[in-house]
Amino acid sequence: MDAETIRDLAAELATQAAALFEKSEKLANASTKLVEVQSQGGGGDPFLGLFTIFVLACFIGFYVVWSVTPALHSPLMAVTNAISSVIIVGALLAAGPSEMDFSKIMGFIAVTLASVNIFGGFIVTQRMLSMFKKKTKAGAGS
Amino acid sequence: MTGFAYLAASVLFILALRGLSSPESARQGNMFGIAGMVIAILTALSDPSVVSFSMILVGMLIGGSIGTVVALKIQMTALPQLVAAFHSLVGLAAVFVAGAAFYNPEAYNIGTVGDIYTGSIIEMSLGLVIGAITFSGSIIAFAKLQGLMSGNPITFKMQHPLNAVIAGLIVVYMLLLITDQTPGTFWTLAALSFLIGFLLIIPIGGADMPVVVSMLNSYSGWAACGIGFTLSNPALIITGALVGSSGAILSYIMCKGMNRSIINVLLGGFGGDTSGASAADTGDKTAKSGAAADAAFLMKNANKVIVIPGYGMAVAQAQHALREMADVLKEEGVEVAYAIHPVAGRMPGHMNVLLAEANVPYDEVFELDEINHEFSSADVAFVIGANDTTNPVAKTDPTSPIAGMPILDAEKAGTVLFVKRSLSPGYAGVDNPLFYADNAMMLFGDAKKMTEEIVQALA
Repeated sequence: MDAETIRDLAAELATQAAALFEKSEKLANASTKLVEVQSQGGGGDPFLGLFTIFVLACFIGFYVVWSVTPALHSPLMAVTNAISSVIIVGALLAAGPSEMDFSKIMGFIAVTLASVNIFGGFIVTQRMLSMFKKKTKAGAGS
Repeated sequence: MTGFAYLAASVLFILALRGLSSPESARQGNMFGIAGMVIAILTALSDPSVVSFSMILVGMLIGGSIGTVVALKIQMTALPQLVAAFHSLVGLAAVFVAGAAFYNPEAYNIGTVGDIYTGSIIEMSLGLVIGAITFSGSIIAFAKLQGLMSGNPITFKMQHPLNAVIAGLIVVYMLLLITDQTPGTFWTLAALSFLIGFLLIIPIGGADMPVVVSMLNSYSGWAACGIGFTLSNPALIITGALVGSSGAILSYIMCKGMNRSIINVLLGGFGGDTSGASAADTGDKTAKSGAAADAAFLMKNANKVIVIPGYGMAVAQAQHALREMADVLKEEGVEVAYAIHPVAGRMPGHMNVLLAEANVPYDEVFELDEINHEFSSADVAFVIGANDTTNPVAKTDPTSPIAGMPILDAEKAGTVLFVKRSLSPGYAGVDNPLFYADNAMMLFGDAKKMTEEIVQALA
């Protein structure tokens, strides 16, 4: 084989690889879409799935919260308050689009309100928790 | 990918709550919570439809700096009203997210304007209603705790029928919203929910606020759940369910601590101005009153002193003076422990946080069940700013409003010292016979001043 044939073959291989890459990309896209479609209604009732999650989460919450020591009930309230601000996820989707409309303004307000809570909630929890100390000095007492 | 990220955030939130099972693991737990929140926010931001980052950043900066400043500046005694205020923000945020979804359903894949899927609009209206109730209810709780309005229950004729009518209207408008989907119906529903939130909380007295704050905590979780269902977002649903059940459990514990049903608390009208018959028939009894020096002498010569703090300690900011007193006593070889009643203070765990703030080690602080049997072996019970939680009437008089309420058995201690401003009954409006007992001594005055005087007398 001379140099020219090798070059030609290499070029052909490169084109084939590019085509193959393109095809696999299309396939990947199509399969993602298929999964999306299925998750949106193809594979059973989506509400039932979410409701299952909800019920199981209530049980987890029940058991986890009963194991919280009563001394830390105030930090518990502060931290649950902070994490319930995960509602910011919904607010971000509303504030995200480029075109300005009423929905976006409401999203912006919700982002601001939830941010107060996220920062305030976690910081105040941290402040409270940092105060809980064990006995340090071996003084008199129990 | 998005699904996995939201799942990771949810697991981190669960770990954050799990960490609170002991003070050692709690700080790490809080870090898990923060990590979960960061993941959730980044995941939402990576959504291809989210493009206007500058506006989002501005919102987060404004909100974040307000939250940070408030959280760093707040006095620990003002914690209950801070938590109430934060609950109101979650509620309002839920209302706005519901509104945003109503006006731009395409952004959430739940249909088109005026033609939102039935399931989604039901979920959305639930999020809206619960969010609005959380908001206005928390505002009232905040105002009562902050002293912006009287802590006395506000009751009027036909209150409960009025509430029932509004609740009925809310149901009607929810059904109407499903069919007509007009902005008018949407905002009427919001307004009715705001109104019932106000009306539900105004009849509840100041000392029942621990239950109310816990309940609103629960509501803020259910509101997040409603929005989570609307957006089909598992992270929101899981977190909402965690918060919802947490608040519900706390309300239950608080109610149990008073031996009252949640319905009884919510119907309100409890406490307030009830100085009536019970005060009159104790007129012939006299309570012994003593000075700081007497108290100092008694405690210095004791082997064991149990301190019972109550809301009065928080009001007077007496926790630091109290810890000083305990330090001096411990140097004298006296054993000092603290007994916390479940409903002491204005929010669950309020006393524990205040004592921790004053550097009281948490292994000296005990819950009612842990310490109640120790009163009989204690020489002195030092009751500071508490009253109803030590009232033996709860055990003896089945007709009393506090009948059956678990109490701290202070009367079993050798001597009971009450630091109190006057002999007036506590929140429940029930006279405390322990004031007049042979082994009791009243130390009249401001809790902080009196404790400081005792510290001086001890030195």
